[in-house]
Amino acid sequence: MTHPAPLGRDGDAATPCIDSRYTVPGMRCAGCIGKIERGLADVPGVAAARVNFSAKRVAVSHDPGLSETDILRAIERLGFEAQLTAGNPLAEDRGETRNLLRALAVAGFGMMNIMLLSVSVWSGAAGVTRDLFHWLSALIAIPVIAYAGRPFFTSAAMALRHRRTNMDVPISIGVLLATGLSLYETVTGGPHAYFDGAVMLLFFLLAGRVLDGMMRDRARDGISALLKRSAPGAMIVRADGSTRWTDARAIEPDAIMLVAAGESLAADGVIESGASSFDLSMLTGESDPQTKSPGDPVLAGTVNLSGPVTVRVTRTGDDTSIADIARLMDEAGQHRSTYVRIADRAARLYAPAVHTLALAALVGWLLAGAGLHQALLIAVAVLIITCPCALGLAVPAAQVVASGALIKRGVLIKDGSALERLAEADHALFDKTGTLTLGEPRPVSLDHLSTSERSVALALAQASRHPISKGMRTGLDSAGAAPARLTDVSETPGEGMAGRWGGIAVALTRPEHADGGSLAVKLVIGDNVRRIDFTDPLRPAVRDTFDRLARLGISSAILSGDRTAAVGEVAHALDTPFQAEARPADKVAAIAGLADRGYKVLMVGDGLNDGPALAAAYVSMAPGSASDVGQQAADAVFTSTSLMPVALTVKVARRTMRIVRQNFALAIGYNIVAVPLALAGLVTPLIAAIAMSGSSLIVVGNALRLSRAAK
Amino acid sequence: MSGLALLIPLALGMGLAGLAAFFWAMRTGQFEDPEGSARRILIEDEEDD
Repeated sequence: MTHPAPLGRDGDAATPCIDSRYTVPGMRCAGCIGKIERGLADVPGVAAARVNFSAKRVAVSHDPGLSETDILRAIERLGFEAQLTAGNPLAEDRGETRNLLRALAVAGFGMMNIMLLSVSVWSGAAGVTRDLFHWLSALIAIPVIAYAGRPFFTSAAMALRHRRTNMDVPISIGVLLATGLSLYETVTGGPHAYFDGAVMLLFFLLAGRVLDGMMRDRARDGISALLKRSAPGAMIVRADGSTRWTDARAIEPDAIMLVAAGESLAADGVIESGASSFDLSMLTGESDPQTKSPGDPVLAGTVNLSGPVTVRVTRTGDDTSIADIARLMDEAGQHRSTYVRIADRAARLYAPAVHTLALAALVGWLLAGAGLHQALLIAVAVLIITCPCALGLAVPAAQVVASGALIKRGVLIKDGSALERLAEADHALFDKTGTLTLGEPRPVSLDHLSTSERSVALALAQASRHPISKGMRTGLDSAGAAPARLTDVSETPGEGMAGRWGGIAVALTRPEHADGGSLAVKLVIGDNVRRIDFTDPLRPAVRDTFDRLARLGISSAILSGDRTAAVGEVAHALDTPFQAEARPADKVAAIAGLADRGYKVLMVGDGLNDGPALAAAYVSMAPGSASDVGQQAADAVFTSTSLMPVALTVKVARRTMRIVRQNFALAIGYNIVAVPLALAGLVTPLIAAIAMSGSSLIVVGNALRLSRAAK
Repeated sequence: MSGLALLIPLALGMGLAGLAAFFWAMRTGQFEDPEGSARRILIEDEEDD
């Protein structure tokens, strides 16, 4: 992923450097690149740092003595939030697209040079010159086809071995037969060689595949930049009292974990000391935080909200509650693979029809008294002219343009098949906590605060990274508050923020008695005390989204793990059916039940507990704030706070499929004109070349109309 | 005919050179960070690296 040259440039040879990578989502401009690269290079122990701006990532080559936490701190000191990227399951190598791109370059080179020779043959070169040009074409075409055709040949061979057929079977047969016959023509000095047609076909089809691959890579990159922590772990207290960051997989039962406010638990355990409220929403969907004190069990995947606690580990790795969800997700994801893409469905009808037609041409012309050579030539012309050139571009061209338009609106679609399935969805299920709601605390109301109180609260909240402080900041920012000038600002974990405003002591702390686990803070200015309640508000445009989906013929319902009362309230406000207190397995069962009744379910969810449901549904979406598991399981991720992209994506997906069907119609229409000509033996290599490029351009042009689809 | 003996190898050679340049660019990671490359020219180098 990294440009190799600058790395290790100034590292001395004695200590070999190790590389580590960090995601820095906050990079915006050239200044940030310079600041991070220069700032990190000044850190002792860092040999070199190289920013990849497109992937919002920085690769650091450093001395093994320098820990990853140190580098994270160094990046934070430079003013950027950073996360370690390690063992990212979505970051599979881009080898496939790169190989396709190489094949495309080779095919393009071959196509241009053969066309150069072919044009002279078409314009009247005869005799020795023509034979020489045919030989030269063969010399270029055969290695080019052997190299550029491999992706098609291997895929076709694989399909045939499983006694299936896909788009690659007619392509491979057409290309191989055309090459073989052209070679025979060349050797015997015949007039027609189809080398240009065969190579051009590969070029256009490879262009389609490359587009498809690039779209997938771009979406994957976008999603991996959103992933939060790919390497969960905990601060473990060792026997000698020192602490050490330990990877989740290396934590052993009975170890003591220090869990700071804002951290998520890496293993199940029992609280030894300290008390705090825990956010269970990712794990169970419950929106209200729960207060836990010494002796209470806590689960991996939950987030410690208010104070630091020490936890004795009871279960780790495969035994934890998270691992159960992962297993359920694996099972649920298995039937997903049975979906057949529209191009392959078309090929199942198209391939036999084309092959029958070519065979009929061969037999027909033989019966009509033509020689075997002439009959074969005509049969190959039929194969070349019907070869699914436009058909191969029809689907990827439309999908790439559509997903590009959606990326601009903050929706990342993982692949083309997701767009196809989104277009077919007819029932939507929404998780509540974090999906219909923001999943972050926001102040219920700030109306009871005066302007000076607001600015003090903002100044205090700004200095902390606690989720409540962040919510406070967002709420006050949108209310237009300006921060007051404070001195001596300090943060006491588990207590809150304190400081001085002029001569007055000010503080933002938790209230003495938190009632019923609901979130609140106390703003203290001198003797003046204000209580600010927090809630998890609905995302913007939820109502609108439901209405739009209904207009698209999609009924919506809520499927949540939260308490019935909490879900009922939201469902009532939205006038939507709901199912509450659903465990992950219940969600999968609900989706399976709907699927049995013939529904194609679009699941929208965010939490760990939604992972299995997202994997089991016909198609799924997750917000950008979702858990890593949710984002990896979903087919599409939307990054905005509004829920509107869900309806927009379905609309764009349907429009894309309409364009795809138009493209199919165009391709078939072209065949209806061209096939009779081929059957009549009137198609020369020149006509084949014009027809092929013409139909491909029309299909691509039609797909480009989608670039404005997301507006 | 004598023109062909010169022009065809020339055309092929130029095509091959282009292909080789593309492969080189891919191998050395010229396409890894297109956005970054566009912005890097704007970085002001105060000190010489």
